[in-house]
Amino acid sequence: MSATTNLPTTPRGAELPPGVPLVLDATSVSVSFRGKGSRYNTVVDSVGLGLEQSQVTVLLGESGSGKTVFARSITGMAPRGARVAGAAVFSGQNLLELNGRELRKVQGNRIGMVPQDPNASLDPMRRVGGQIIETLMQHGKAASKTAAKARMLELLELVHIHEPERVAHCYPHEVSGGMRQRIAIAIAICCDPELIVADEPSSALDASVGVRVVQLLDDLRERLNTAILFITHDIGIAALIASKPNDRVAVMLGGRIVELGFAHQVLRNPKHPYTRALLAAEPSADVARGSLAVVPDEVRTQRNWGPLLEVEPGHAVASLIENPTDQKGGLA
Amino acid sequence: MSTVLSAENVVKRYGSFTALHGVSFALEKGKTLGVVGESGSGKSTLGRIVMRLMTLDSGKVLLGDDDLFALSRADLRVARRRIQLVPQDPRHALNPAMTVKDNLFFQLRAQGIARSTWNAKAEELLGQVSLPADYLHAYPHELSGGQAQRVAIARAIANKPEVLVCDEAVSALDKSVQAQVLNTFAELQSSLGVAMFFISHDLAVVEHISDDVLVLNRGTAVESGKTRDVLSNPQDPYTRELLEARHSVSAL
Repeated sequence: MSATTNLPTTPRGAELPPGVPLVLDATSVSVSFRGKGSRYNTVVDSVGLGLEQSQVTVLLGESGSGKTVFARSITGMAPRGARVAGAAVFSGQNLLELNGRELRKVQGNRIGMVPQDPNASLDPMRRVGGQIIETLMQHGKAASKTAAKARMLELLELVHIHEPERVAHCYPHEVSGGMRQRIAIAIAICCDPELIVADEPSSALDASVGVRVVQLLDDLRERLNTAILFITHDIGIAALIASKPNDRVAVMLGGRIVELGFAHQVLRNPKHPYTRALLAAEPSADVARGSLAVVPDEVRTQRNWGPLLEVEPGHAVASLIENPTDQKGGLA
Repeated sequence: MSTVLSAENVVKRYGSFTALHGVSFALEKGKTLGVVGESGSGKSTLGRIVMRLMTLDSGKVLLGDDDLFALSRADLRVARRRIQLVPQDPRHALNPAMTVKDNLFFQLRAQGIARSTWNAKAEELLGQVSLPADYLHAYPHELSGGQAQRVAIARAIANKPEVLVCDEAVSALDKSVQAQVLNTFAELQSSLGVAMFFISHDLAVVEHISDDVLVLNRGTAVESGKTRDVLSNPQDPYTRELLEARHSVSAL
């Protein structure tokens, strides 16, 4: 297993800020699903990404870009039937090579998951408090039931639930959507994970409730020193969670990362035609009605993007860069 | 300017719960009224009431000069042709067992349009929403979300309605497709002069597409007026909170 750390590192695109250790290092991850006959459809095409301690990395992409499949695959939760190649090294272990028993020691314990739809991830038949206690006991984080209960109440308070005693006795259907998502976050952080994977945690919620959930995650990563891999299709939400100078945004298109850089670089000064078009297509009052920029189909369906090349420190773009003189040579 | 759709003090109760506490608005010909609010604010209930898919407990809804809740059944059937719905999830709103053509024909029959014109009309409608005529033979599951939504729009505008009720019509679409559909709406509005009752929780979309805005919170209209005035200088704390949820890219 130690051999995996010596794998050749394919370009992560951007230079990492010095001194920030990687929590998870994914290199050349490809995921494919069985299609018709013996054909395999590649959904994620040799993507590499390093997740840094207590930093947010946003995976920005539209439906079908492979962002969820990629995030699940590198945390050892590839969907059934997926063929995964590459390596995802998490504290010296390649998660793609672990068996189920070893993976369970990592998942939910050192890697927390915040699902998109908390209705689907909470058990509707069990009280909220019991579900948090179960996770704590499962991973041996509490010596006794009493200790687990105290910790559970503490966690509910940490995610800004004002009456933890009352809420702990509720069934999931008895609390609001925003509160359910906070409870899901409490479960995700209950074992002090090194990494939280949040898959569109706000998209099932009302705008202002979603914003508060995202702000909570942003606040928690500082207090708990946790890395966050945040998946979203919403540019505004991406800008909200990637609030610190070193937070990064990776734009996915057709199973590849086409642009990677610090949030202010990618979202304020995008270089890739797709990212540019996507940002320009944001509706606003400043654009005359009927003349919103449209993402051209030839960009959206283009699949032949080259490797990521650095255009400025920390900012890398897959070929078809507008100004080729900006290229300072690839990291490949 | 003439008012094509208006409501006065609409009250709707579900049992002991009051979903709308006397909401009023007026929509003028060819204009767009954006209806903003979160889930539970009553915006979809209001949409259903103005389409008369639901009864109200008190108040009045006028489509042109007709009181929707005082019309006879025969008159109502005719009046309904003037107000059409563009649904949230287009793929569930089209009949999955029918081709695009049959879906459109179904509507053309309901609108009482002469059979001999259906073929030409169906092609023309797809043209209006910038889809090639080849799609007439496609089934809804073969369409992408944006294409299906454009078919739903084509169906809604089949007989030049006066009002389109768009209930979260672009919310389920990817951002890159959303822009295309919003452009389609704007083009149709200028070519057909149709008014839009545009329900959305997305303020950016509403800011872009609507002339006037109505902000609902727990069944009460907390703010209304010209979109620019309301959103640039929100008076209500709730509107301010909604606005906070955006403009974050520029803050980077």
